[in-house]
Amino acid sequence: MSEGFEPRIVGFFCKWCTYAGADLAGTSRLQYPPNVLPIRVMCSSRVDPVFLLTAYLRGADAVLIGGCHPGDCHYIEGNYYTRRRVALLKNIFETLKLDTERLRLSWISASEGPRFAKVITEYTENTKKIGPNPAKNKIFI
Amino acid sequence: MSKVFKINKPAEEGLVGFLKHLLDSGKVKGVMTLVKNDAPVDSAKYSVNYSLVTKSEALGNAVPLYPLMPANAGSLLSDLTIKQPLKEPIAVVLKPCEIRAFVELVKREQGHLDNMLLISSSCGGVYQFDVFVNEDMDKKLPDYWKAVKNLDLYDSLRPTCNGCIHFEPYTADITVDLVGNKNLDKECTMYINTENGQKYIDGMEGKSSEAALDKKPLKEFLEKRERERNQLFSDISDQIVGLDNLINTFGRCLGCHGCGNTCPICYCILCDFESKNHEFSPSTYETELSKRGGIRVPPNTLLYHLGRLTHMSYSCIGCGLCSDVCPVDIPVSTIFVRVGENAQKLFDYVPGRDVDEKIPLTKFEKDEFAEVEE
Repeated sequence: MSEGFEPRIVGFFCKWCTYAGADLAGTSRLQYPPNVLPIRVMCSSRVDPVFLLTAYLRGADAVLIGGCHPGDCHYIEGNYYTRRRVALLKNIFETLKLDTERLRLSWISASEGPRFAKVITEYTENTKKIGPNPAKNKIFI
Repeated sequence: MSKVFKINKPAEEGLVGFLKHLLDSGKVKGVMTLVKNDAPVDSAKYSVNYSLVTKSEALGNAVPLYPLMPANAGSLLSDLTIKQPLKEPIAVVLKPCEIRAFVELVKREQGHLDNMLLISSSCGGVYQFDVFVNEDMDKKLPDYWKAVKNLDLYDSLRPTCNGCIHFEPYTADITVDLVGNKNLDKECTMYINTENGQKYIDGMEGKSSEAALDKKPLKEFLEKRERERNQLFSDISDQIVGLDNLINTFGRCLGCHGCGNTCPICYCILCDFESKNHEFSPSTYETELSKRGGIRVPPNTLLYHLGRLTHMSYSCIGCGLCSDVCPVDIPVSTIFVRVGENAQKLFDYVPGRDVDEKIPLTKFEKDEFAEVEE
């Protein structure tokens, strides 16, 4: 909740849906906060939970995975596996009482430019409320 | 009702007799079991290791029921069968969790179950390496067997053994009745669970009958173990909640990766964490230092353990090797069993229960886990 805190969000976006959705948001000249660092992946199921952990422990204030809506995956079923992995990681975070709020999985299709802008705005606001990631300044990481 | 086979000899002697019979009659070509290696001098200690034996004379020193797990036999079997299934049958004597580990590895295409006679026992747990190496085992062993007979917990065992609730094997062909069996010293009682097991037992000298396993004492034992398990969990609970406590607990880690190397479920030949992928380049050090003002070297300790949790906790069979090999006594196995229990509940999965059950992360339902999407 520190004043002027600008969160850094690492986003893993699937090439076929969310990344294209981000493009659409851009070409439609929609306004959304510049706090996301987008990383394009071929499919959201390319994202190993270790990627998310790395981002979290290296100090990303929040991590976002964007993929196609269930049923619309370019590779037929990739995003179903992603959902299981995120469920597992969130479960582990809950057991260890880490911030599950710093992890988010959202389905954004290529035609949902406004939704992309909305998700990013929402998530940035939310992360601002939680404050900076405490892992950022730990030495014994 | 399951079939019971009784041999009029103490449990271990009877089992060794059965193994010898299998080899002599040519029903199996080999036997994998724990074998004791006597030290050449009196001052040294004997060792106990898994060995593959093809001649029955070599079984003279076999101790198939010895309460020690020098390595997880699941990974050893995977080494034997990873390239192709066994061409000729072998009999294997192993602990219930080792079978579960092997089943998990078979699911990951790291081994084959064909031509294998799995002999297991209801398991009272295994000694910690510390105790085995530093104490007089000849004096300690009678205490162990007394505890097994009387359904007691026994404190020299691995902590996760005392908190293990899967002490009955799931997929063994033959189960030797140990836990709660008062006649251990007089007869060897074997439950024949499968037709495969029956095939091998035919022709062996002994008494065959039909009887149901008396579940009541085991239920009592299960309750004891569950209480111990919850106690274990509550003992470590404040060490593992929150980032600060995690950093503190795993801060002792030397980075030897012994836990991962001995883990039967961590089967990758080149672990991602041992590759160059997670090594910091000088420029990464620079960015990290500008953020933190200092960094532990080598870094990424917590990432290694959390990463391993995401890779294998849902399949953790709780054998306890990781804690036992840890040079700085991090309660690794207790943490993994604790986290694994929740993950396994999430997917309604019991690792090693059934070889046809798919690994949770390799299957999906179309409508599930709606709560994780936003």
